[in-house]
Amino acid sequence: MIKDIRIVSRRFNLPQSHTLEVARQHGAYRSIETLTERTPEGIIAAVEASGLRGKGGGGAPTGAKWRLMEGEFDGRPKYVVVNADESEPGTFKDGHILSKDPHLLIEGILLTCYALGAHDAYIYIRGEYYERQQILQHAIDEAYEAGILGQSIMGHDYRVDLTVHRGAGAYICGEKSALLESMEGKRGHPRLKPHQKEPEWYFGNPTLINNVETIATVPFIVTEGADAYRQYGTERSPGTLLFALSGHVNRPGVYEAPFGTSLMEYIEHYGGGIRNGGTLKAVIPGGASTPVLTADEAAQARLDYESMQGLGSALGTGGMIVMDESVDMVEALKNLMAFYHHESCGQCTPCREGTGWVDAILARILAREGNRDDLKKLLDISETMNGKTVCVFAPAASSVIDAMVQKFETEFLRYLDTGGAA
Amino acid sequence: MSFTWTSAHRAELDALKERYPSPKALVLPALWKVQEQEGFLSLEGIEAVAELTGYSKAEVYGVATFYTMFHLQPQGTYTLQVCKTLSCALNGQGTILDHLKERLGIEVGETTPDGQFTLTQVECLGSCGTAPVMQVNDTLHEHLTPESVDTLLDTLSDKGGSL
Ligand SMILES: Cc1cc2nc3c(=O)[nH]c(=O)nc-3n(C[C@H](O)[C@H](O)[C@H](O)COP(=O)(O)O)c2cc1C
Ligand code: SF4
Ligand code: FES
Repeated sequence: MIKDIRIVSRRFNLPQSHTLEVARQHGAYRSIETLTERTPEGIIAAVEASGLRGKGGGGAPTGAKWRLMEGEFDGRPKYVVVNADESEPGTFKDGHILSKDPHLLIEGILLTCYALGAHDAYIYIRGEYYERQQILQHAIDEAYEAGILGQSIMGHDYRVDLTVHRGAGAYICGEKSALLESMEGKRGHPRLKPHQKEPEWYFGNPTLINNVETIATVPFIVTEGADAYRQYGTERSPGTLLFALSGHVNRPGVYEAPFGTSLMEYIEHYGGGIRNGGTLKAVIPGGASTPVLTADEAAQARLDYESMQGLGSALGTGGMIVMDESVDMVEALKNLMAFYHHESCGQCTPCREGTGWVDAILARILAREGNRDDLKKLLDISETMNGKTVCVFAPAASSVIDAMVQKFETEFLRYLDTGGAA
Repeated sequence: MSFTWTSAHRAELDALKERYPSPKALVLPALWKVQEQEGFLSLEGIEAVAELTGYSKAEVYGVATFYTMFHLQPQGTYTLQVCKTLSCALNGQGTILDHLKERLGIEVGETTPDGQFTLTQVECLGSCGTAPVMQVNDTLHEHLTPESVDTLLDTLSDKGGSL
């Protein structure tokens, strides 16, 4: 049986939860009142011990990432950047934090800055989130007026300035190095990754990038302790995630749950089951970049990193797209590939051209003008897109193509055998 | 045509400059302000951003063309941005789009002859749980039905195209 656990979403349902007054009545900023009684090292150690993993899709250990910011770096300033670009189809959890509890995010940012010795933080928000940006900016203004942000945060001898930076409609800017390029006033082209672990660089200065939800989890860990966080979830995926449900369920939405929850139980309990009493056909488990699961696979799936990996997919952002038996999987893949084709940043040929070719071949198949060679062609192109590009956008697209074509081959063949030159 | 910052925008940009390690960071914030002033990005506006940030005109132009939310041409008073990605497609965005095309008498990418409505399709708007959705300028509209779309367009037309 599923028990409701609310770490990040605990204030979501309060009326006016986005205002400073309500947030403070319900515990916001307590960790900042006593901030300087803690040491930066203590905060980093707690985050490390909690096993917190990045909630932007990759699941990288947050503590280890924070450690990369340790050191002097020749006295260069350190920066904290919050990734609120949230453009992965099927993903809409960060938007909930921004509009329902922006003060939780600000509290997390203050703790993060203090722990890492940063004084300037930025929230990179996707351009389309205009209304959510207004709510967030209002919360920031309130926090400045109350002396929570600014020259001496809540009376402590520590400055933090927080600035919202608005994107302008490019999915790839969610990728952390593309995001920083964008924040430097350039096109959002991902950078080549270094071979050894190091921080990100913003105008050549050491920079931490974390997802909105990752940072919003920090206040709980700091106030309640690492063990309190670890009591939820699994050994390797500790804690909770704001999973999101969309597609063919009765109650789509964002619901927090511990890692390790059974996928089907989650759909039943929170989503109210499949729409119109229908049957499940497939689930895309963690945003459009994760390989599709068949209904049989979904029945075995648990919502954690290991289980999803074991099934050949990925937990991703936890944004699940649920599909009932009415869905045409060829059309579904075409829809996703139109997205990939449109959003490729264009730097790498296999990605720029490959996504376009796949999109065109799928259009041909849907028009019943394809032939059996086309399936092989799709898989060939997909292979060319895997592992040969600057960022993992193309490999993700590749895994999406492979899973759809392999798991639902009969649906593709139906188009090919009833028309065209097969 | 020429471009001058409004004094409010100029002051905001000056203040914002203090927040960043380099004026180059102001490219996106400044382009947003140009678009707010002009409704799109004119070459003169782009030049003003180049001057402000220390990038060349060509560099700023390259940035402006990279991001889909920047317009290099004037738009209709209301830009209807219908989400076409999977969760919305699974929940009837096709019906919504067809309805809009029929009612407005235009195809995707076109503007009604009176200049009121521009019809566009966009990728996932981050509101998949309330699909199908569309954004009209900066405002999100959720759980769309042909009827709710009609009501919305009637309300917007009543405003005579002024926001
Ligand atoms: C194509 C692509 C798109 C991404 N989009 C997002 C995004 O919208 N939001 C996000 O937080 N992370 C996104 N990421 C992951 C970021 O690169 C980065 O790992 C993340 O923001 C780090 O935060 P975390 O460790 O807290 O998850 C994306 C990655 C890729 C490759
Ligand atoms: S893989 Fe695609 S999105 Fe990533 S850098 Fe190359 S072209 Fe750009
Ligand atoms: S798919 Fe339409 S809002 Fe996400």
